[in-house]
Amino acid sequence: MILIVDLCYKKNSLSQREFVLPIASIVKKAGEDFEIRHYREIREKDLEKCEKVILCGTALKDNGYLKNMDKLQWMKNFEKPVLGICAGMQVVGLVFGAELEKKKEIGMTEIKIRKENKLFSSDLNVYELHGFSLKNLENFEVLAESEKCIQTIKHKQKEIYGIMFHPEVRQKQVVENFII
Amino acid sequence: MFIFVNTCLNILFLVNFISLHSPLLFMRVGVLFSGGKDSCLALKKVMEKEEAVCLITVISKNKESFMFHTPNIHLTEMQAEAIGLPLVSIESKGLKEEELGDLKEVIAMAKEVFGIEGVATGTIESVYQATRIQKICDELGLWCFNPLWQKNQVEILKEVVKEGFDAVITGVFAEPFDSKWLGRKIDERVAEELEKMGEEYFINPSGEGGEIETTVLDAPFFKKRIKIEKSKKEETKDSGVLNIEKAVLVKK
Repeated sequence: MILIVDLCYKKNSLSQREFVLPIASIVKKAGEDFEIRHYREIREKDLEKCEKVILCGTALKDNGYLKNMDKLQWMKNFEKPVLGICAGMQVVGLVFGAELEKKKEIGMTEIKIRKENKLFSSDLNVYELHGFSLKNLENFEVLAESEKCIQTIKHKQKEIYGIMFHPEVRQKQVVENFII
Repeated sequence: MFIFVNTCLNILFLVNFISLHSPLLFMRVGVLFSGGKDSCLALKKVMEKEEAVCLITVISKNKESFMFHTPNIHLTEMQAEAIGLPLVSIESKGLKEEELGDLKEVIAMAKEVFGIEGVATGTIESVYQATRIQKICDELGLWCFNPLWQKNQVEILKEVVKEGFDAVITGVFAEPFDSKWLGRKIDERVAEELEKMGEEYFINPSGEGGEIETTVLDAPFFKKRIKIEKSKKEETKDSGVLNIEKAVLVKK
């Protein structure tokens, strides 16, 4: 079972249809079971039961999760694979010591691959929608970058990935590669 | 009398203040509205989760507009009345990129007049539209919602049928569609036909690429329905439009 974490401003929000359900649809098409949980309601048994976790993105103005990072510290001791998308990548970075900086990208953007990885194997044209990026990524390897910021990271010891772009738009394969 | 009005105003001020400042209450959302099935579906989703406070329309004079739906756009005023929401609209020459300035202006107007905190659209897959609207919302400090984003287009058609929309095809702009499609209501049978055409001709079954345009005459959240009294089909070599020349609001 894949645990899909909704980082949006409230449970079952209007944004869920835009940022969470498209990811659930990719997971479903790949033949995997999934459960959706709002980040404020993740229980220990959800983490025990799942095989992998995907943290979804949020609307550009939705940064409420940054004020509730205490609800996401479970990741520190979590040993299963995690994929953080956009806001999810910010969460992954912050949990492991990175810092945010204001860097906005909206729309299609070219990203350059820096290191071969499980998620994709070449440069990509991707859809971006973010107001922050990450710096001080000592605990991570950088896998891809755009002209403006770091786009894909992997934790040096764990199978924890972060991608700044939105794979549900034109790059569904990236999510499928994580699931497989 | 004076005291009563004053008390009402104070209560209204308090409600507005609380709704603008409390995350527990509903967000005030303006919905970009063309009068077609996608914007009506987006409106319904907003009504389910937040507070739809106004409709926003750009009346484009350019029939080839990349951004805006044009057939029967004049009907949005009557649709807004049927729904019971105010309409904020602007006329645009529809010149590429310039029309975005018009869109920004009308959204800014909705923010000023109705205190909207966010904008919702019926965009499904168009990165072109989504990118531009996201940027405008960002510049105006507004939330942007796209409740149909990346949704399967066949599912959209099924949802339109399931929700009980009276959505009529009023424009066809791609082969193999012809004028016989004009005026057809999207019901189960039409939805199935569109699904098959999508598979056979590699077109967007829901018309997201502008292959078809629709006009919604009624939906469960409409307080009145629209009755077409006079319409005329206009055909060119590769397109057709059903122009609604006269329509009236009818009690439900």
